[in-house]
Amino acid sequence: MSKLEIKDLKVQVQTDDGPIEILKGVTLTIDDGETHAIMGPNGSGKSTLAYSIAGHPRYQITGGTVTLDGEDVLQMSVDERARAGLFLAMQYPVEVPGVSVANFLRTAKTAIDGEAPKLRTWVKDVNGVLERMNLDPTFSQRSVNEGFSGGEKKRHEIAQLDLLDPKVAVLDETDSGLDIDALKVVADGVNRFREREGKGVLLITHYTRILRYIKPDHVHVFVAGKVAESGGPELADELEANGYDRFLKAAAV
Amino acid sequence: MSTAVDTTAAAVEMEHVESHLHPEPTYDLQAHPLPTGREEIWRFTPLKRLRGLLQDAPSDGHLEQKLELPASVTLTAISLDEASALGGTAPFDRLGALAAKNAGGALLLDIPAEADVTEPIRVHLHGTSLDEIVWGRLVVRIGTQARATVVIEHSGSTTYDAFTTVLVGDGAQLDLVHVNDWADDAVHAEQINARVGRDATLRQFEFTLGGDLVRTSTNVDYAGPGGTAELFGLYFADAGQHFEHRLFVDHTAPKTVSNVVYKGALQGEKAHTVWIGNVLIRKVAEGIETYEENRNLVLTDGCQADSVPNLEIETGEIAGAGHASAVGRFDDEQLFYLRSRGIEEAEARKLVVRGFFDDLIRRVTVPELAAKLSSQVEEELQRHVLKELA
Repeated sequence: MSKLEIKDLKVQVQTDDGPIEILKGVTLTIDDGETHAIMGPNGSGKSTLAYSIAGHPRYQITGGTVTLDGEDVLQMSVDERARAGLFLAMQYPVEVPGVSVANFLRTAKTAIDGEAPKLRTWVKDVNGVLERMNLDPTFSQRSVNEGFSGGEKKRHEIAQLDLLDPKVAVLDETDSGLDIDALKVVADGVNRFREREGKGVLLITHYTRILRYIKPDHVHVFVAGKVAESGGPELADELEANGYDRFLKAAAV
Repeated sequence: MSTAVDTTAAAVEMEHVESHLHPEPTYDLQAHPLPTGREEIWRFTPLKRLRGLLQDAPSDGHLEQKLELPASVTLTAISLDEASALGGTAPFDRLGALAAKNAGGALLLDIPAEADVTEPIRVHLHGTSLDEIVWGRLVVRIGTQARATVVIEHSGSTTYDAFTTVLVGDGAQLDLVHVNDWADDAVHAEQINARVGRDATLRQFEFTLGGDLVRTSTNVDYAGPGGTAELFGLYFADAGQHFEHRLFVDHTAPKTVSNVVYKGALQGEKAHTVWIGNVLIRKVAEGIETYEENRNLVLTDGCQADSVPNLEIETGEIAGAGHASAVGRFDDEQLFYLRSRGIEEAEARKLVVRGFFDDLIRRVTVPELAAKLSSQVEEELQRHVLKELA
């Protein structure tokens, strides 16, 4: 089972000119096995939502709740959230010089499972995932995200999704900056994850392109820190045809 | 036709470039007066803690030597005059000039031309007393097209000042590793003046892990075009320790490359590190490429890391020049990334610090030395950071 419930979430960040409210009451429920796409123009607060769920210290929660299977996510530390079953695939994954991908993956897997993975099956699992993500076997000896191409960074994020096997994955613009081949590899990785029992996905994107490969159950249009409209996959088609104008105008009124 | 020899001659007979960053090199002690401590090249060094090294006091004290020399390599005693006649840049400062004057004699470590020495050449120098000053003079010479790794390890207690000349023949490849793992009361000053031959490569590593005060100055120039100098350093200063690493790369020939990467960590009250990275690109040095980087990880309160890159450019016709310098605590974004994968904060910090150093250590081509350095860094970390996080 996996159910991520976001209720009336309000978030602000500190700036030189004082606090600015970015999320102005977001309500969203991702039920067992569902994939939701959040679409919106730049600056609408999509990434803030992703980082707030993951617990980035820059974002201050000023109201609302986030629960995973009834557990209060907002009370958990960043690493506790991950161990509870949340995963954030980042738009800009961070370089960690000198820490090899192999060491990183094993340390993360050990932390999530509470015990070290069995060596023999683990090596096989890692190699299998890297191969499916079209990453060279020598990839695991490189430093985490250091010198990776944009595509390698995103494929590495999805390789982690596969290996760490969370309950709910938040994908923050995983499609941005990818060419069509890399996009397909990433989408295949996400779809393999979705095929597993009861996995939730929150797919944050600026473009409709990725929705041709990952079919969402629900689509939400995000404008000015709020969900402006929710619907089925047909809402994405409308956005593809008409863009965000209708929603931006409505928000401006 | 402008031949390489012409260019080389031009490069070595360079006009003097007026700069307070690098005084005129000379063996003449009169030209290197006692510093007041306000001079650019002395302002970071606690002169009193040099324990009289700056005075011109003769001494025949010495360090214990342990050698591992492969068959083709020789270590011979030569006179100071013979040492300076071998070439290389004269001392830039008083400490270098004093060692060159007072050492009594010099050691010449000679790797013949075209030798491919696969075993590391090891020179272990151990200090046994604080009672007398030790002056040292060493020449490391590697012949044309030869390849070798030289490891100079320092340990024990001493007050030691050395002037070291490194001569890298045309097309040669030298890995030169200095391990400064002194006892807590040792004082160590050293000037390392290296000349890199045409198409030659010098890779130098400095690992400074122990001592009360360590001040090294590495000065590199090029005897011909196409040479490469990679200067890597790692230091870990504990409470009260002063570790100072000064680098000067003088691009005296075209198409030469320099790459300087120093990384340090500081922990404990009054731990002080200094990194000075000077690069001079002379008019003749067209098509060169230079990069220098210094990163400092401040692990506890009460430490000070000084980091000063300087770039002097006399020609714009270069392939690239850059530098980066940073002093900071843990990178919050790195910690967030690791923690967002379920890794607890303490574990994430350990990963970041180990990674910070492993990045340099893994470039050392002597595996058992790399392993030893890794475990020494681990020991250093245990003293403070890991203990607090445990």
